[in-house]
Amino acid sequence: MTRGEAALGGLRSRGLDVAVGLALLFMPFWMGAIGGYTELASRIVVMGLAAMSLNFLLGFTGVLSFGHAAYFGLGAYGAAMAIKYLGAGTIPAMGLGVLVATFAAMVIGALIVKRRGVYFAMVTIAFGQVFYFLAFRWNDVTGGDDGLTGWRRLPIDFGFVRLDIVGSDKAFYYFALAIFAVCVGAMAMLLASPFGRTLIAIRENERRARFLGVPIDFHIWLSFVISCLFVSVAGALYALLNNFTDPRALRFDLSGNLVIMAVLGGMRSFWGPLIGAAIFVALQDYVSSHTENWMSVIGLVFVLVVRFFPRGVLGMLRNPAKA
Amino acid sequence: MPKSNARAGMDRRRLVKSGLVLAAAQLASPFVIRARAADAVRIGLDNPLTGTYAAPGKNELIGCQMALAGINAKGGILGRPVELVVEDSTSGDAGAAVQKARKLIESDKVDFLLGNVNSSLALAMAQVSNEKGVLHVVPGGHTDAITGASCHWNVFRVCNTTQMEANAVAGALVKEYGKKFYYITPDYSFGHTLETGMVKAIAALGGEKVGGDLVPLGSVDFSSYLIKAQAMNPDVIIFLVQGDDMLNALKQAVQFGLDKKVHLAGAQQEMEPLEGLPPEARIGTWVMEWYWNQPGVPHVAEFVEATKKRTGRVPTARTWFGYVSTWTCAHAAESAKSLKAVDMAKALQDFRLPPEIALGPNPVIYRAGQNQLIASLFVGDAQAKGAAPDDLFKVTKVVNGAEAAGPVGESGCKMTWPT
Amino acid sequence: MTQVVLFNIFNGLIVGAFYALMALGLSLILNLSGVINFAHGGFLALGAYLAYTLIPYIGFWGALIVAPLLTAAIGLVVERVLIRPLYGGDPLYGLLLTFGLAYIFEDMTRFVWGAQSLPFQVPAWLTTSLSSQFFFVTGYRVFMVVIVVATVGGLFAVLNHTRLGMRIRAGTRDLDTVSTLGVNIRVLRSLNFGIGIYIAGLAGVLAAGLLGLSPTIGASLIMPSFVAIIVGGLGSLLGTLLGGLLIGIASGVTAVYLPSATEAVMYVMMGLVLLVRPRGLLGEEGRLH
Repeated sequence: MTRGEAALGGLRSRGLDVAVGLALLFMPFWMGAIGGYTELASRIVVMGLAAMSLNFLLGFTGVLSFGHAAYFGLGAYGAAMAIKYLGAGTIPAMGLGVLVATFAAMVIGALIVKRRGVYFAMVTIAFGQVFYFLAFRWNDVTGGDDGLTGWRRLPIDFGFVRLDIVGSDKAFYYFALAIFAVCVGAMAMLLASPFGRTLIAIRENERRARFLGVPIDFHIWLSFVISCLFVSVAGALYALLNNFTDPRALRFDLSGNLVIMAVLGGMRSFWGPLIGAAIFVALQDYVSSHTENWMSVIGLVFVLVVRFFPRGVLGMLRNPAKA
Repeated sequence: MPKSNARAGMDRRRLVKSGLVLAAAQLASPFVIRARAADAVRIGLDNPLTGTYAAPGKNELIGCQMALAGINAKGGILGRPVELVVEDSTSGDAGAAVQKARKLIESDKVDFLLGNVNSSLALAMAQVSNEKGVLHVVPGGHTDAITGASCHWNVFRVCNTTQMEANAVAGALVKEYGKKFYYITPDYSFGHTLETGMVKAIAALGGEKVGGDLVPLGSVDFSSYLIKAQAMNPDVIIFLVQGDDMLNALKQAVQFGLDKKVHLAGAQQEMEPLEGLPPEARIGTWVMEWYWNQPGVPHVAEFVEATKKRTGRVPTARTWFGYVSTWTCAHAAESAKSLKAVDMAKALQDFRLPPEIALGPNPVIYRAGQNQLIASLFVGDAQAKGAAPDDLFKVTKVVNGAEAAGPVGESGCKMTWPT
Repeated sequence: MTQVVLFNIFNGLIVGAFYALMALGLSLILNLSGVINFAHGGFLALGAYLAYTLIPYIGFWGALIVAPLLTAAIGLVVERVLIRPLYGGDPLYGLLLTFGLAYIFEDMTRFVWGAQSLPFQVPAWLTTSLSSQFFFVTGYRVFMVVIVVATVGGLFAVLNHTRLGMRIRAGTRDLDTVSTLGVNIRVLRSLNFGIGIYIAGLAGVLAAGLLGLSPTIGASLIMPSFVAIIVGGLGSLLGTLLGGLLIGIASGVTAVYLPSATEAVMYVMMGLVLLVRPRGLLGEEGRLH
């Protein structure tokens, strides 16, 4: 274990890393056996990335953002618009989406960084709605309620090899998985670095960190921006997955879902949100196929998690005695 | 304190453990529950069951279920029993609709795809069905693009295009009420195309647009728009808003007493919002795509009775859309004597539906080269009550769809077939 | 043209009053308990549907009185069973719980009453215009304003002149001290929650007279409440009231010149307030940090 990982308090263990890695690597193959399908696997990877990005802010810095869907959606729309209007290739399109979302996060982060707790949450909700509203109303550019259609993802030409992510669901899954791995690796490195340890210190006791001379606002702002950056990557992938993007990708429903995924899986652990995303996405897919009252079931999941599993699956598995 | 905490901890842990076991059992059983007759023909319905479009979505589902019963009673499709696999697309989440479409096609291996009420979701699903080469019937998604600029060989549509609706009602309005029109239009593509169609149709008859407003979707308060409309002194105020928005607008217009000064009208009207209006607000001239009260037309009364027995209410246009869509699948397969999408799509070109499905006075045909169903349009006035309960619409004229539809070339559809 | 502008300002005030009513209930709960009640729209819808069900038996006026009370009773149960265990914890959990409740409410109203819009019948004499000149001033809108004024007046009377109100006001400042002074803060929070939900239910009944009654009615009205609270300032009920009115008027005026921007203006105002005076117009510094 490196010093950084030790500092994370054993939040990640090698064994879990390997297990998760293997599961993800072969998901398209074992998915089918339990009633899943490859596209569902891609969806889990995308949502898992989004939830883990949110958790960078929520679980590791201790700041509650309930408006992350805005940046997810900006990544999605940015990529979609680049493909539709500029004819960009897949990677540049994703890059544009990420750029737009990160810029927005930098501006808005600066506006709200001094708020905390409930107020911060309310303001992130409100700003999330602003972007939803923009996507919804700005018909000419974003397609409005109809969403942005009439484009699709194109095969990626690396020069020496051509990755056909259009025709094959599996190819797209591995493409998404590769992006996921890069982002997750980056997040892990950041968390293991001195910067990451400072964030955890802020989460544990903000006042003490302030007394130690840590520039709190700057750290929170940076954490917010990084979190939104990775969420926008997930958003861009989501748009590519659907060949479509629409304002629902920006609504507070999605923000709430991301938070519950993080909490359900375990906010204090690194892989927790991925587990939470897997459970939530699969559950929603399964339940909505079997009853039209799936919204009640999902709502019930929220309520049950908050009341009985606030530390999430991984949190409970780690410390069963404290349950 | 510690003792009660410990007990609470023990109880909680037990609860948690049993909960986990239950959940695991549930999640492990998908392939058990989804086991189906191996040789059944499957029709996948990917339509809203929750959200703003839940009401029309559910009525379409009822129509599908009634058709399914009828098809199976007659021996199924090509001698095989037929199953309906239903998924909730939600009312606006394209991701969910596309996900469910893929699930239906890949996991459930449906032979046909039906949906969606929401035009944009219908378009997104059409992209998937076209990619996978599955026959796709859109029961109630209205945007012109589905059988226009974005048409595909495998996508068929039952409900009318906005231009057809506009053409049908324009004549009645200009003739009866005057030449000055004010438009209250929902600000999204369906609204825009509907308004363009209306303005064109009315201009062709000598009417003019004296003003209009683009109203955001989901608007709650229409007073400012109504105030402006009234100030322009039109002969007719055209409400192009749909569903709950139309409900709100009409309710408020009647509260303002506007119906006494100006004639209120619109293009598309449906039973679902009419049922939600208080009687005094059920006014105006509209066009419906299908109406249940058709005296003298064969088979309609039986359909109405069958629906009433199943749901306690009369069928709406949406019920009919679902009914037609499902029967279309059966007829396509029987006519092509195969379940291959290309063969079935070819068999449906210029296909005329039998009278017990057409349920209207005019012939009902899928127009070749466009895959658009040409049926009848029912122009009339909403009424507080009619002779029968549920008779909320007084039909004044039935327009043959063939007259209301422009030529195929105008639709913008350039259909290409797979080689 | 000035006539149209005036009409719209007046109308904006009426709509703003309605937004303020909804926001007040939300603000009341937020200030004392620190819980962002995402299910507020759900309670609004519940109030409307309960009124719809009761009208055939006890008429519109009876429903107007009883439906909010029933809704508040349900609110009290929800508070006792689900929300009380979350006090003092991370605000995250309150938000998540009410978020889930909002889903459940919408689904259950659809399950019980159906997905189609229901015809909500308001007494006929209320729905007519008061004059031909000011045709847009319908009896119903005036009635709404009257109810809002009465409710707000009643609320402030309770807060300023009763012991309960005093305890609530003290509690928003320093709940620990209030508890130390011997007040049962559990009961206090419950009652406060109940009052907030009563107001939501009442807003629902009023809304149903103006809009179509469908399961999604709550979701469409919750955002203006949020913005009203942010604009007016956290911790200040008067601020919330002011915020709601301002949003309404701004929407009304915008509708004259740029109808498609009526909703946008509310967010623009919020953005401006956050830039220029982050604690809100009447908010207090250091509130709910």
